[in-house]
Amino acid sequence: MLIIKDLHASAGDKEILKGISLTINAGEVHAIMGPNGSGKSTLAQVIAGHPGYEVTSGSIEYEGQDLLEMEAEERAQAGVFLAFQYPVEIPGVTNAYFLRAAYNELRKARGEDELDPIEFLDVMEEKLKVVEMDASMMQRSVNAGFSGGEKKRNEILQMAVLEPKLAVLDETDSGLDIDALRIVAGGVNQLKKPSNATIVVTHYQRLLNYIVPDYVHVLAHGRIVRSGGKELALELEAKGYDWLLEPVGA
Amino acid sequence: MSSSIETLVNKEYAYGFVTDIESDTIPRGLSEETIRLISAKKSEPEWLLEWRLKAYRRWLTMTEPHWPNVTYEPIDYQAQTYYSAPKSVKPLQSLDEVDPELLKTYEKLGISLTEQKRLSGVAVDAIFDSVSVGTTMKEELAKVGVVFCSFGEAVHNHPELVQKYLGSVVPYSDNFFAALNSAVFSDGSFVYIPKGVKCPLELSTYFRINAADTGQFERTLIVADEGASVSYLEGCTAPKRATNQLHAAVVEIVALDRATVKYSTVQNWYAGDKDGVGGIYNFVTKRGKALTDAKISWTQVETGSAITWKYPSVILQGDNAVGEFYSVAVVNNKQQADTGTKMIHIGRNTRSTIISKGISAGRGQNSYRGQVKVLPKAEGARNYTQCDSMLIGNACGAHTFPYIEVANNTATLEHEASTSKIGEDQIFYCKARGLNAEHAISLIVAGFCKEVFKELPMEFALEAQQLLGISLEGSVG
Repeated sequence: MLIIKDLHASAGDKEILKGISLTINAGEVHAIMGPNGSGKSTLAQVIAGHPGYEVTSGSIEYEGQDLLEMEAEERAQAGVFLAFQYPVEIPGVTNAYFLRAAYNELRKARGEDELDPIEFLDVMEEKLKVVEMDASMMQRSVNAGFSGGEKKRNEILQMAVLEPKLAVLDETDSGLDIDALRIVAGGVNQLKKPSNATIVVTHYQRLLNYIVPDYVHVLAHGRIVRSGGKELALELEAKGYDWLLEPVGA
Repeated sequence: MSSSIETLVNKEYAYGFVTDIESDTIPRGLSEETIRLISAKKSEPEWLLEWRLKAYRRWLTMTEPHWPNVTYEPIDYQAQTYYSAPKSVKPLQSLDEVDPELLKTYEKLGISLTEQKRLSGVAVDAIFDSVSVGTTMKEELAKVGVVFCSFGEAVHNHPELVQKYLGSVVPYSDNFFAALNSAVFSDGSFVYIPKGVKCPLELSTYFRINAADTGQFERTLIVADEGASVSYLEGCTAPKRATNQLHAAVVEIVALDRATVKYSTVQNWYAGDKDGVGGIYNFVTKRGKALTDAKISWTQVETGSAITWKYPSVILQGDNAVGEFYSVAVVNNKQQADTGTKMIHIGRNTRSTIISKGISAGRGQNSYRGQVKVLPKAEGARNYTQCDSMLIGNACGAHTFPYIEVANNTATLEHEASTSKIGEDQIFYCKARGLNAEHAISLIVAGFCKEVFKELPMEFALEAQQLLGISLEGSVG
């Protein structure tokens, strides 16, 4: 589904990703772990098409298409979804309106008819249950005045509605208490299908107790320094990151 | 700022066409002769001519105000033309006789004057350059005693009302542009709602400037008698021209005891090109007087004009009077706007609300200027002011000039202000959900303006939102 080859990316003059290669198949869950500043979030943002990063070399192929040639909205329309580490507030725009606009953009891209607000209500009702959210949340402005946990749940709600093929969860566990973590992870698990894939970017092993990965990759200094199965996450939990950082050098 | 915003293409101003029509245009320049000529063309009574001349003489002693936060080349008042009317327009004709070329012009602007295609529930007065082309639904309004006609017509058919209220809210001596308007005003709309009548239709005036180098000086007078209510909307467009054109209007609203007047404006005059060449100078005086238990509400969406200088105000004269001002002002490219309101609290327990949303893009400069004045007898007066600015890109500016004068210590005033920037983050968030940059900006801006848009009559709220999207396209950061 996703083939990343020798990806280099910079923000301004600073090179952050220094040669990432990664292949992800449908049905797989990959965890990207690593210390702060290792480039985890950058990788997530580059996949989603954030304009703040410049890809200097390498390639990303998504379902046979050159992902780097696509605008961020085209990627979203093609089924790539980024759950933001810091979801953005849009005052005055209701969650319901925003979600329907996004949903309809995806439908249009697939050549389907747009849904009117009444039709969309039925879609919503179903999806709200996935993240145990109250319908009243739909009438609030997008993320404005939401608690940290509500913002993250709102991201998973969007994911539930948009049904991506490739979901990238960027530090979705950060700032969540244990109940919120359970709800968010439960949502992600419910949405898992053999035909879609998930990338979980996280600093801590904690989330991986709930979302069990097929593969774990450790990122340090912009490179993948170790890949393994889910047991690698447990090893990191026990030993920390330091033992992996040394061989990379400066 | 970002590649995503920069790649947006500039959309053309859709109303920039010129109607090819034979006009009766008087020579350039301004003198007592000009005023006598305008007055004669309109077959006005002597008292009105005298009023105009007094205004003109007063104007000669005044100087153009330069306190607004705008800059422009000096205006040569002798180089302007003060009256231009399509030759085919005869006074007081019925709509069936309107020149098809003019009807077509309004069709193109999305305003249908012909019977079958009219917007239901809305009566329209169409003003083309210096004259009214026609007013729809007059007969229906007449059934409930509502007068809705051109100002010129009102002078002939309702002289007692015009003479009583003309200049009663904005005297000709009020300011430089009001004096100029009083001297040379050509046409505009007149509304009278009788006692206790709730106007059954939305009233709407559509102003169109067509002739080159001609100023439009319309005069609108709205009188809502005791317990009456009306909702009125004005729209404005002009052709694209490389020279600046002057638009100096005066709007007066009189809301007698318990009357309610809601006045909405969607202003989309030609704004000039991206380098600031051409465009309308929109120097407008709008003011209402609210008597006991009366309410006047101004809602404006200002997207056009090279320069906007405009402060729709309310004199809260009677006890318990209510004044409201809801404004969205957008500047893009090299547009400049200095706009806001004045709320003058005279009566007891008078209340006013000011919600101002300024959006600056390109190299635009947007100033909010508002005055809240509480006079000594205004026991228990209350004001709430909220003034928000949004910046798109790094080359534009937002400025706030609030003036507060309180002479009664039982008054309560609240003022909130904020400035935000449309962030790359917000746009990327929308894009990551499948929305393109244009859609993202219009969504973010519409959210920002929501509190004002919800005040617009239903039919126009959507139009205003779309207009905003268009005026911000190509707003490079």
